[in-house]
Amino acid sequence: MRKLDQLVATTVVIPEDNVDTDQIIPGRFLTTTSSEGFGDFLFRDWRFDENDNPKPDFVLNQPGAQEAGVLVTGVNFGCGSSREHAPWALRDFGFRAVVSSKIADIFSSNAQKCGLLPVVVPEEMHDWLLANPGAEVEIDVARRTLKAGGQEIEFPLDGFAQHCFLNGVDALGFLLEQDAAITAYEQARKA
Amino acid sequence: MPQSLFEKIWQRHEVVPQTADTPAVLFIDLHLTHEVTSPQGFDMLRSRGLPVRRPDLTVATIDHSTPTLPAVGGRRPYVTEQARRQVETLRRNCEEFGVKLHDWDSDFRGIVHVMGPELGVTLPGKTIVCGDSHTSTHGAFGALAFGVGTTEVGHVMATQCVLQRKPKAMRIEVSGQLGAGVSAKDLILHIIGTVGVSGGTGHVVEYAGSAIRALDMEQRMTVCNMSIEAGARAGMVAPDDTTFNYLRGRPLAPQGSAFDEAVQGWRTLRSDDDASFDKLVSIDGAQVAPTISYGTHPGMVIPINQRIPDPADASERKSLSYMGLSPGQEMLGTPIDVVFVGSCTNGRLSDLRAAAEQLKGRQVNPRVTMLVVPGSEQVQRAAEAEGLHEIFAAAGAQWRLPGCSMCLSMNGDIVPEGALAVSTSNRNFEGRQGPGARTLLASPATAAAAAVAGHVADPRAAA
Ligand code: SF4
Repeated sequence: MRKLDQLVATTVVIPEDNVDTDQIIPGRFLTTTSSEGFGDFLFRDWRFDENDNPKPDFVLNQPGAQEAGVLVTGVNFGCGSSREHAPWALRDFGFRAVVSSKIADIFSSNAQKCGLLPVVVPEEMHDWLLANPGAEVEIDVARRTLKAGGQEIEFPLDGFAQHCFLNGVDALGFLLEQDAAITAYEQARKA
Repeated sequence: MPQSLFEKIWQRHEVVPQTADTPAVLFIDLHLTHEVTSPQGFDMLRSRGLPVRRPDLTVATIDHSTPTLPAVGGRRPYVTEQARRQVETLRRNCEEFGVKLHDWDSDFRGIVHVMGPELGVTLPGKTIVCGDSHTSTHGAFGALAFGVGTTEVGHVMATQCVLQRKPKAMRIEVSGQLGAGVSAKDLILHIIGTVGVSGGTGHVVEYAGSAIRALDMEQRMTVCNMSIEAGARAGMVAPDDTTFNYLRGRPLAPQGSAFDEAVQGWRTLRSDDDASFDKLVSIDGAQVAPTISYGTHPGMVIPINQRIPDPADASERKSLSYMGLSPGQEMLGTPIDVVFVGSCTNGRLSDLRAAAEQLKGRQVNPRVTMLVVPGSEQVQRAAEAEGLHEIFAAAGAQWRLPGCSMCLSMNGDIVPEGALAVSTSNRNFEGRQGPGARTLLASPATAAAAAVAGHVADPRAAA
């Protein structure tokens, strides 16, 4: 997993609420068996018309979107299917963080596992970010803070997930270290 | 301290409890897997030189990418070569890692959430995960069952554990009884409309109350299945005689006296009387009507005989414009083009019976294409044994092979662009059933009534 401690970036705003993972990456792109190269499929049906031509109005087709780094979205982002292909696609497109006032559970967990930081901000900050596309934001993972428009807020981040981001390590290493405890649990259950 | 059902199961599976710095290490009793979300997990094992720790607790099936039309000249008509390769990859992975795969030749192949209970591997008190958000279905048996991402699929393969923060507990109490002609699907759509699509976020939901107790197992599965559509991690119902009667004699359930012993333990799997919940919701079962969705998320629902309400915000306005529907419009009478009966929500025998009842002696309207897709090989057989397939065929509906099919349309079964479908599945997201396709979620009876009428119709009128 790619390390993330501090990020200074600009935002792209997709203001819709309840953006589900079928929008982020439609089901027909899930037949692949790899976990890379999903950036082209990100928001496929919002980004491209039926002849695969980019829709110029859609925000991800505008200049700078790919370099922005932070996606600001409406509430309940990433609801629906548990497909991890959704955060993979956002990551492969170039995003490092997704910001909203409410993010769906499984998406949030999946995002953390692939190095995409889910940032849940208070409503006031959320409203400001929605109203100011292209704003510069500063994210500090160690302090769990996001700064934008002269305001700084703290966001919730599980201590373990924070450790993984700061050190660029994934959770499997930790789980594998629990081997003795897992074996003991299995033995106790057999008894 | 009094405990909820969820807390009891959670506690029994804590290998290491959570601390301020680390999530809990939770042991998983059953890992279900399918072709779409497993290949990257197996790749991870290979790249680290790890085995599947407990192949005996792992069961695989093929359902999402599989064609529902029969083989031609011995060759299955996969939508793309990539889809075929995805299934072949799972087959190879299962061989290499010693995992039991229910392949084309298995009597138990089917949608992962339909075949698990049929096999009797879904049992009360278990922790169950699958790389699939509708894993909540298995909670109908009093199991703690939730969907995980592909990275976690790899974690379970390698360690038989997941790292989880303990979710909050929510109880949805449905009092009274459902009215005549009102199904479990109507109930869960009504519940999602009430609590909202993110109302359950961060929670495990326990469904309780007299209306829930009265549901059979297939209906309980329909309710638990869509918990995720309210944002919840899992949904569950405390096991009772209905549960035990369903499970008795299932091939992989405990047999004989071992079953009776198991039942004694399972009877303790209920929330203590004074268990506390972080969130409580009460619903009057008698107030639930046949319910249908009109927007692009499963919280945008109304009783079938009501008019579409004014949009609450810009997102709902966008949603209505995608659907081509207007505020104030009646749903009844809205012309439709496609009907899909199937999925892990409503692809079981009782669902097919409800659809067949509407179609018996009638014809699918010429403007409508109707697909009926059993949830599993077992469902297919049982339906054919009682002649349901003949009722569907005589009415002009297509009787297909088991699989996810048009629920997510990754196998080539798609709703054409712009067409309006009534579907018994669980998601009405933009393009879920195909690019530009529009979906109305409803019960099997409502879907079949619409197929006959050619427009949205109240199944109670026709029955
Ligand atoms: S039927 Fe639909 S919701 Fe159920 S597992 Fe298949 S794709 Fe997922």
